[in-house]
Amino acid sequence: MFYFSPMSPDSVLSAPYVLEYTYRRSVGPVLGRFLAGLRDGRILGVATRAGRVLVPPQEYDPETGEAVGEMVEVSTRGEVASWAWMSEPRPGQPLERPFAWALVKLDGADTALLHVVDAGSPARMRTGMRVAARFRDERKGTIQDLVCFEPVAEGA
Amino acid sequence: MREVAIVSFAQLPAVRRDHVREDTEMLLPVLHEAVAASGIAKKDLGFTVSGSTDYLCGRPFSFVMALDAVGAFPPISESHVEMDGAWALYEAWVRLQHGDVDSALVYAFGKSSLGDVRAVLTQQLDPYLVAPLGPDSVSLAALQARVLLDRGRTTEREMAEIAARSRRDAMRNPSAQLRFDRGADLLLAEPYLVEPLRRHDCPPISDGACAMVIAAGDLARRVSRRPVFIAGIDHRIEAQGLGLRDLGDSPSTRLAAERAGVARAKVDFAEIHAPFTHQEVLVRDALGLAPGTPINPSGGALASNPVMVAGLTRIGEAAARLQAGDGERAVAHATSGPCLQQNLVCVLEARS
Repeated sequence: MFYFSPMSPDSVLSAPYVLEYTYRRSVGPVLGRFLAGLRDGRILGVATRAGRVLVPPQEYDPETGEAVGEMVEVSTRGEVASWAWMSEPRPGQPLERPFAWALVKLDGADTALLHVVDAGSPARMRTGMRVAARFRDERKGTIQDLVCFEPVAEGA
Repeated sequence: MREVAIVSFAQLPAVRRDHVREDTEMLLPVLHEAVAASGIAKKDLGFTVSGSTDYLCGRPFSFVMALDAVGAFPPISESHVEMDGAWALYEAWVRLQHGDVDSALVYAFGKSSLGDVRAVLTQQLDPYLVAPLGPDSVSLAALQARVLLDRGRTTEREMAEIAARSRRDAMRNPSAQLRFDRGADLLLAEPYLVEPLRRHDCPPISDGACAMVIAAGDLARRVSRRPVFIAGIDHRIEAQGLGLRDLGDSPSTRLAAERAGVARAKVDFAEIHAPFTHQEVLVRDALGLAPGTPINPSGGALASNPVMVAGLTRIGEAAARLQAGDGERAVAHATSGPCLQQNLVCVLEARS
């Protein structure tokens, strides 16, 4: 049994409450270096024991589960492995004008990075086309440091 | 392995938006129907497990509310997976392998209409490198479709024919949402939604729920004249990174099919959980189905696609069809994650 004693309004206690995360999260040694690379305008991958270069880098080899080796820098240019035309961009997506989602295989990488290509029209898109990264001027170490990829001339 | 059979299945007809009922209220009639049809008293069910996602209603632990529809007093032994109900069935099957309980209630529910489902599904992606870009479920599926088209594995016409067949077959399924006869020529005249996908290549947005009762061998034979046994069940997953995977193949489906024993005997029909048309081609090929094997007589996920329900519904539809005598052996498949990342294969055999 408990007793309830009514309180007058001026005897009610109150305390501030702020909903927040009172810690900073580390993204870890592999992703952290990849994001730091983006901040510096470079794209880093990681080499597996079998010699494949994973971009974006992973902390383990998805084929074998083995730990990965050294970080390696790859090119900021590459080719489109697949694409899809977004004629009506949705809120929060990288560009407000129509663009292509694309899996981009950078030169020196064996896997593809998901990002967007600012091509203006689906007529300018095709699988295998060459693209180059466009970086933001002010970079913060996030995937959005890459504004998009842009079409470039063949062989470039 | 201990023999386990599906003894009953019930589903709510899928709708674009249930304006009136909450998840719990939607579940109530299907749970009652499945338990009543099982011939097993509710108090005798040894285990209860559900599949759903809190992200649809944006409320943590929302599945706990759904237990009001089950009735959790006197206390029951219960579990939940934040996955399609097909994985809840897998957990129930494993639970029955322990041997100390003989039956289980499995259910799934999803009110996809509560938010913007294309944006909700973005939340399941890599939170550092992919989700911040905001790719939606249709765009990611379109990237996969392009890979298949580029390789000549399918054509836009074959995809349109899959869409047309699914909605046409759904006309015979009173629980299906999109039910009409619209030919491929008509569909191909429509503009792209996210090229190379047109609207018809995509699933509808659906609210729905389903429930199933499973029982171990002797009990199943006692309560059912034609129990549908789970002859094999397995699930496998691929890497999280979309660019790490070969989107033009489904190795996880192939491995699960091998482990589940799909190829051991003739398959009378298959229920494939392919929300997008091109994914039926990928899964069909990875399952190793013989040419001409009927696929999705229910209309499949292209006809109704309540999130977290559509996979378990494939297994339930296949079991119901076998129980009704339309075949002896069927394969049911469920998928989870973007671009068929995770796949479950279940082989069902009716034994009178």
